[in-house]
Amino acid sequence: MIRVIKLNKSFNDQPVLSDISVTFEPGKTNLIIGRSGSGKTVLLKSIVGLHEIDNGEIWYDDILFNKLDFKGKKEIRREIGMLFQGSALFDSLTVEQNVKFPLDMFTEKSEEEKVDRVNFCLARVNILNANKLLPSELSGGMKKRVAIARAISLNPKYLFCDEPNSGLDPLTAILIDELIKELTEEYSMTTIVNTHDMNSVMKIGEKIIFLSDGIKCWEGSNKEILNSDNIPLNDFVFANALAKQLRSSLKQG
Amino acid sequence: MFKFLEQLGNYFLLLKKVFSKPEKPYVYYKQTMHEMVFLGFNSVGIITVISFFMGAVITLQTAYNTENPIYPTYLIGLGCRDSILLEFSSTITGLILAGKVGSSIASEIGTMRVTEQIDALETMGVNSASYLILPKIIATIVFNPFLTLISISVGIVGGWIAGTSAGVITSQDYIYGIQYAFIPYYVTYAIIKTLVFAFIITTVSAFHGYKVEGGSLEVGQASTKAVVHSSILILLFNVILTQLLLS
Repeated sequence: MIRVIKLNKSFNDQPVLSDISVTFEPGKTNLIIGRSGSGKTVLLKSIVGLHEIDNGEIWYDDILFNKLDFKGKKEIRREIGMLFQGSALFDSLTVEQNVKFPLDMFTEKSEEEKVDRVNFCLARVNILNANKLLPSELSGGMKKRVAIARAISLNPKYLFCDEPNSGLDPLTAILIDELIKELTEEYSMTTIVNTHDMNSVMKIGEKIIFLSDGIKCWEGSNKEILNSDNIPLNDFVFANALAKQLRSSLKQG
Repeated sequence: MFKFLEQLGNYFLLLKKVFSKPEKPYVYYKQTMHEMVFLGFNSVGIITVISFFMGAVITLQTAYNTENPIYPTYLIGLGCRDSILLEFSSTITGLILAGKVGSSIASEIGTMRVTEQIDALETMGVNSASYLILPKIIATIVFNPFLTLISISVGIVGGWIAGTSAGVITSQDYIYGIQYAFIPYYVTYAIIKTLVFAFIITTVSAFHGYKVEGGSLEVGQASTKAVVHSSILILLFNVILTQLLLS
């Protein structure tokens, strides 16, 4: 479980996140949604410690993460898997080397065991016969899946995904969503996904928080989101023409 | 001035992060070997070509400036040797490597920064500064002295070929000249300068790459800054080291 209590973050005296408090539960796909520039990525990066927060608390289970020193944070980070918006695969390493990287750095496994684990993780994300390819030889969807394989190679307790569907076609996006949900349930991970893709929201959003201008405006689930009377949330959810039609149909019963 | 001091402080803070205990020495060793090939061995070609022509030009210029019969012709060989040993091989090699290796390091690390690869390392709990920069520092410090020795040798051979081909000096006089009044300490001096220059090139370029914020435009700017700042520091430390080591 991850708890965020009264988190504030600003850049050059410009507040980006204000008084964010939220609990992310294990075994659930927790979503942070909001418009571009609403502070989703800053919140995610603050939770993993890539941004120093101004004040507030970030708890990983019963450990106060933001007060830990570099070594303490390192221990927690070994239990974190993260999927970045642009995949962030290491350009100079092959697919196999990318997935094996955390195993090389943090385990004492033999080479054979590491390769077995790599093959297992790649098979789990449906990447087959691509071990020797470089990231530049992969499609966008494949890169995301390899990045997920790398993120789960150390069996993390916490999985963070920053806009996992950006730049993907709708069908591939659904596959990535399903994969994230399956892995979350399979390994009982605390998963936090940043997205502004409504398909993802409706499909995997077991718990959702909505950010607007750095403020948490709404919290609920995908079952509650369509019936909310929160105006900024409704503006976001029903932004496109199809959604507007759906809303008017819902209202008409 | 304030910005300069801030940059200087950030540079030393980065160095502190770089020189921390490696997570997995074996992984760092592998990375260092890779960097030795990439940053060191791959520079042998350009250093050889430049040093050959450098030696050739020094010999010809020395010859045309010492045409007076008062001067014995073996002085051409001696002048060529000392110029190459004392200045050209270490400093010119340093400046060439600042361009080739420095821009490569800054753009590689800068691209990793803007594509979130450095964030990915940090999220995994890896000390990204140490993992990315320390192997490069070790690789260049170990390999660059060999580049300097290659440069010295090839420069002297280049001078010999140019001098004898142009008919400004006989082979015997040139060989006598390069052996005459040889001071072995000059080689030590050249190696010490090379070590300092290698450290400057790698750390300054890595600093500019590591601190990139933005996109491809900023990566290009960081690469240019890396070359300019490394070159200026090489020239500055060339003066300081010469005063310290030869006075």
